[in-house]
Amino acid sequence: MYEKHLMICGATGCISSGSQSVEEALVEALEMHKIRDKYRLVMGGCPGFCEVGPIIVVYPDEVFYCRLKPKDMAELVEKHLVGGEIVERLLYKGPDVDAPARFFDTIPFYTKQKFNVLRNSGLIDPEIIDEYIMRGGYSAFTRALDLEPAAICAEVKKAGLRGRGGAGFSTGLKWEFTLQAPGIKKYVVCNADEGDPGAFMDRSILEGDPHAILEGMLICGRAIGADEGYVYCRAEYPLAIKRLKIAIEQAEQYGLLGQNILASGYNFKVKIKEGAGAFVCGEETALLASIEGKRGMPRPRPPFPAQFGLFGKPTTINNVETLANIPLILKEGGVAEFSEIGTAGSKGTKVFALAGKIRNTGLCEVPMGITIREIIYDVGGGIKGGRAFKAVQAGGPSGGCIPAELLDLPIDYDSLNQAGAIMGSGGLVVMDERTCMVDLARYFLSFTQKESCGKCTPCREGTKRMLEILNRITEGAGIPEDLDTLDSLAASIKDSSLCGLGQTCPNPVLSTIRYFRAEYEEHINDRYCRSGVCKALFNYRIDQQRCNGCTACSRVCPVEAIEGQKKEPHAIIQELCTRCGSCIEKCPQDCIMITPVGREADVSS
Amino acid sequence: MLKSGAALETAKMDPIDLSPLDPLVEPYLGKKEMVIPVLQKVQEHYGYLPRPAMEGVSRLMQIPLSRLYGVATFYAQFKMKPRGRYIIRVCKGTACHIQGSPKIAERIEEILGVQSGVTTDDLRFTLEEVACIGACALAPVIMVNDNPHGRLTPDKVQAILDSYE
Ligand SMILES: Cc1cc2nc3c(=O)[nH]c(=O)nc-3n(C[C@H](O)[C@H](O)[C@H](O)COP(=O)(O)O)c2cc1C
Repeated sequence: MYEKHLMICGATGCISSGSQSVEEALVEALEMHKIRDKYRLVMGGCPGFCEVGPIIVVYPDEVFYCRLKPKDMAELVEKHLVGGEIVERLLYKGPDVDAPARFFDTIPFYTKQKFNVLRNSGLIDPEIIDEYIMRGGYSAFTRALDLEPAAICAEVKKAGLRGRGGAGFSTGLKWEFTLQAPGIKKYVVCNADEGDPGAFMDRSILEGDPHAILEGMLICGRAIGADEGYVYCRAEYPLAIKRLKIAIEQAEQYGLLGQNILASGYNFKVKIKEGAGAFVCGEETALLASIEGKRGMPRPRPPFPAQFGLFGKPTTINNVETLANIPLILKEGGVAEFSEIGTAGSKGTKVFALAGKIRNTGLCEVPMGITIREIIYDVGGGIKGGRAFKAVQAGGPSGGCIPAELLDLPIDYDSLNQAGAIMGSGGLVVMDERTCMVDLARYFLSFTQKESCGKCTPCREGTKRMLEILNRITEGAGIPEDLDTLDSLAASIKDSSLCGLGQTCPNPVLSTIRYFRAEYEEHINDRYCRSGVCKALFNYRIDQQRCNGCTACSRVCPVEAIEGQKKEPHAIIQELCTRCGSCIEKCPQDCIMITPVGREADVSS
Repeated sequence: MLKSGAALETAKMDPIDLSPLDPLVEPYLGKKEMVIPVLQKVQEHYGYLPRPAMEGVSRLMQIPLSRLYGVATFYAQFKMKPRGRYIIRVCKGTACHIQGSPKIAERIEEILGVQSGVTTDDLRFTLEEVACIGACALAPVIMVNDNPHGRLTPDKVQAILDSYE
């Protein structure tokens, strides 16, 4: 028996902030005290709060330590593990709490969250199947084995689960179509491509709780009559692939995958296919082509994969998070429990990846129907550095921006659509006054333009033309007609493209024009980028009243464009300045201002 | 001046050892749908997809070379040119973009004198872009081989590059 369990976040975010060297230091400190075997260390899944990583949670005390450094480990071992005293210094602190917070329920980031899909993340060792089973894992599958396939579909339908991969189609209905499609050979495919930049929920589920996906696939296979499943995972997620491989091996050893599973006569095996880096392969028909070893190009639907899918056989394709919800629905009483949460049209919870200019970046799971304001200000802790909120981008390259006026919008599929954004996969990127909305639209379009597979002319050529116009506007050569041209190009691309990529890629442009038209007009008419992003459209100036001559700016300037004596106000030599932005990052007085080009007047305004 | 990489192609042409190819392809013989995993294995071995190796794969798997290149050039993961000892991947995710990744990329380009997708003449660095590595909390991020460097500002770039000899 272990005295305590120490869960160290071993997900990509925390590893990037150094959790591996923290673990090494922890082991060293334990060994020094000769107490290594009393403690169980798990490099486990993700508690979601990437911002304050690396994180260690000590159980059963349930103490949450964060922002850890290797040098903190000696104190943690000595004080907490040996001395039984909490190390205040390493607890969560922030402007949103009065005193250092001990555990989840006292940290504001967690109070509005509801852990369904992330129920095991950070609690279990994802590389040990017994831990998943101990928390009720695979019991929904054993229950499903006793149900008729049609009854399983009916339960999923009744629960009201909609696909979490973007389009929000009813999962139960999709299964029913595949079940009803004629054919003996059928497939289940898990879409783990997650190509949407700014989204990492699927990765986190795969890394933190891979058996939940396998259980979801097993249940799906049983429901539609499939005996084979594929997980299509992007190659950029090596840790997720590794954990999934281990999970598959262990499930095979336990007789949960393979022939005649649990003596039911049901056979099911799962294979992993690594994606090779093409965003369009997240689209279901392109994904199937890619598994078949072809160029990942979408094809027209119908026929839908439910009739004609992988290798021409009826196939159900579901997203990672969709599948992770399945065991919750199929467990005893699951349907009622699941559909209790959410709004009329959108049931259950949704996992969001919070990123951008927000204080608490990380992963959060919230009930559908929560407002955007609650996510950004309560869970997310508001905007970094106290700047003003400008917009939040939902749905990535297919989605749109939600401006401050709509902060009280409840999160569900339908209200987001109405606002010109989409639920998408769940990436929420927060923008502040220093984000240029024209540049953002240009950024997304340059992404989709590169990723367009080239099959449909409107998407291939239309995105190029739109990008040219946006480039021109951000470089200071926009003309007044540009906005109308963008509008009409967007309409034809949406109307005449075959797949979701083309049909949705103008959305980031349309939604920024809809809510931030003034910014576009300022770029075009006044040649000014108020956010200080489009380099041709602003100057930096140092506020002479506030500059105290600390020299922080002149020391980082790579082109020696800042002059001034120590303790005297500095000034920028405009002819030399490349607007690289190094100075503005460093200025402790916040006295470097963004001003229109050529305006010589004072900037104290 | 930024180099296009054309010089490199002609300069560095060591003969390619094709003997590891057979055992790499062997498990997939007759399974044309496995061509992407095969190419992944070949690239893992050589660091890129050398033309002679592509010809070998084409012969072994009985897939026309044109079809093979059709697949390989479709996917961003496959590289047709040799790459450096250190691969610098600048994350182009949304969170990184709005927090300054273009400025980071620019600084790296200035220091190395190469554009994205190009390898330095000494084969030390290859500069690449990646759609999103999912470490958004640390934006802007770059990866050098498997090491992430996060919360970057342009002035931190030089020291990071210097640490990779
Ligand atoms: C361009 C494009 C990219 C997509 N990328 C993904 C993705 O990365 N992950 C995903 O689950 N679905 C993605 N989808 C949606 C899939 O086509 C499909 O709707 C989804 O996998 C169905 O699963 P669900 O019903 O469980 O949501 C994408 C669609 C398009 C058009």
